[in-house]
Amino acid sequence: MATVSLEQVAVPLRTFQLCLSLSVDSTVALIGPSGAGKSTVLNAIAGLVKPAAGRISCDDEVWFDGERGVFVPPERRRVGLVFQDYALFPHLTVRQNVEYAQRNAADEYLDRFGIRHLERARPGSLSGGERQRVALARALARDPEILLLDEPLSALDAHTKIEVRAELQQLLADLEIPTLLVTHDFEDAAALASHIGVLVEGELRQTGSPADLVAEPADAFVASFTGANLLRGQPYWASDNTSGVLLDDGTLVVTSDGDEAVMLAVYPWDITISTSHPDDSAMNVIPGAISAITELGNRARVTIGPLTAEITVDSLRRLGLQVGQHAYASFKATGTRAVAGKGGTG
Amino acid sequence: MRRKALALAWIAVSLITFAFLLLPIVAIFVHTSPGRVLDQLSNPVVKDAFVVSIKTSVIAQALILLFGTPTAFLLATRRFPGHSLAVTLVELPLVLPPAVAGLGLLAALGREGLLGSSLDAFGVSLPFTQTAVTVAVAYVASPLYIRQAIASFEATDPQLPAASRTLGAGPVRTFFRVVLPLARGGLIAGLALSFARGLGEFGATIMFAGSLQAVTQTLPLAIYAEFDQNFDAALAMSGVLILVSAALLLTLRIGLSWQRSPSSKSPSLFGLSSSA
Repeated sequence: MATVSLEQVAVPLRTFQLCLSLSVDSTVALIGPSGAGKSTVLNAIAGLVKPAAGRISCDDEVWFDGERGVFVPPERRRVGLVFQDYALFPHLTVRQNVEYAQRNAADEYLDRFGIRHLERARPGSLSGGERQRVALARALARDPEILLLDEPLSALDAHTKIEVRAELQQLLADLEIPTLLVTHDFEDAAALASHIGVLVEGELRQTGSPADLVAEPADAFVASFTGANLLRGQPYWASDNTSGVLLDDGTLVVTSDGDEAVMLAVYPWDITISTSHPDDSAMNVIPGAISAITELGNRARVTIGPLTAEITVDSLRRLGLQVGQHAYASFKATGTRAVAGKGGTG
Repeated sequence: MRRKALALAWIAVSLITFAFLLLPIVAIFVHTSPGRVLDQLSNPVVKDAFVVSIKTSVIAQALILLFGTPTAFLLATRRFPGHSLAVTLVELPLVLPPAVAGLGLLAALGREGLLGSSLDAFGVSLPFTQTAVTVAVAYVASPLYIRQAIASFEATDPQLPAASRTLGAGPVRTFFRVVLPLARGGLIAGLALSFARGLGEFGATIMFAGSLQAVTQTLPLAIYAEFDQNFDAALAMSGVLILVSAALLLTLRIGLSWQRSPSSKSPSLFGLSSSA
């Protein structure tokens, strides 16, 4: 498999500068809030945006080199870019769209993506899922050295999304080419990619496997992006040598690491909900009224004060939890991660 | 009661507007018997004017298409210092009184004009030739095409040419296979507008090219020359221009409806599309 490398690639954007180094040799996801420069990274690799500086190469083929003034135009880069809203040619049929990339390979890709029966249809009459298959077929018919997916699931409704995500997962597993996808959804990224980079304001805040990001979020932003509850407070050392964080509302939370962090990340699945006070000294307990309950399949999210816990629907039923009811959210010291207080996107 | 009166007044005003706009056109067709008008179509003055008009219009529109399309594409897709000034300058001939345009052409390309002497050196003399008619028509009509073409190019999704490039097509192939087909409806509409304007051109032509039968006398010039001598001939020529203009208006509407629904399977008349 080829390796596409970005070295110190800089692109000035409206309010900040995109600047990153990245190496793509498997399936990599870039996640971050909208406007972080994610799509710009894809456009720079595809040759649709010319960076101000840096170097982009595919194995030993140089696509862009700011210092030596090398810029290979997009049509000579062999990149398969799937646009966010697919950018299918509305005046061409499905077959003609795929043939646009390569005249003789249309049949193969129409069959592979199960869109043979749509070959005479125009993109305007297709569903979201079908459009994405056409866009993927067209991008792969180009026989690319790297596949770039811009928000591959954001144009789909919630129901189609689950289905298409599974299809995409299968496809990426079978493909023998490196893939870079961008998304603002950590769950999508974790489902599709083996490596994730968190891009905020044009800079990579952290890279690692999905599990790495959850286990050790580099800062408050990464923690919240991966789905953690964030608790703000002051560091606190008790006389018995336990360390903790005194939350802004006066609650003392016992932590397993006691550096100077003032933000605590607690993941929803590390939180237990009970209707009576748990008598366990190792537990941090935050009492309060339940402010929201959201069921997602067989899981339920229960919010008490600053915390959202994820429990099974079975437990929800067994405890008979209702919105407004008084309950206790508890988590172990080992379930907390202290993170640098650099929060938000600012 | 008052509401009903108001509604009636409203309808009456609209009817007067329609009558005012349609009356002259109806009058041209009913003023003389159709037979006498049809006879005039074999009148040499009418035939010559028709040929001059068609010939100069077709050449002028071809030139407008050839030069105007790349210019419009550039103005629609590139942003550079002075961009809005450039767009405004392109539109200037549109608001210029035709007599001023004709005088300007004389001052620029006439014997004593800005470029006249250099043209003279090549043995080219423009004023009062058929080429002068073509130049005058192209000058006054081109802004209509270019304006519409800019709008059409701007209306196409910029991601589509980008997609074309990533799929291996260079800028030229992208232009002809993606950009042009998508802007097609708007370009046709623009050309229809420009054709209609060029066909009716009077002021600039008479200043710059004169009104010589079979050389520079176009249909509007011939109508003016004939109306106090042979009113039937003037009517016949007017009838022809009305029919051509109506056809151009229809082309314009169809073109614009294509532009609006580029994804529909087959464009059809009056913007009614066969697919939802």
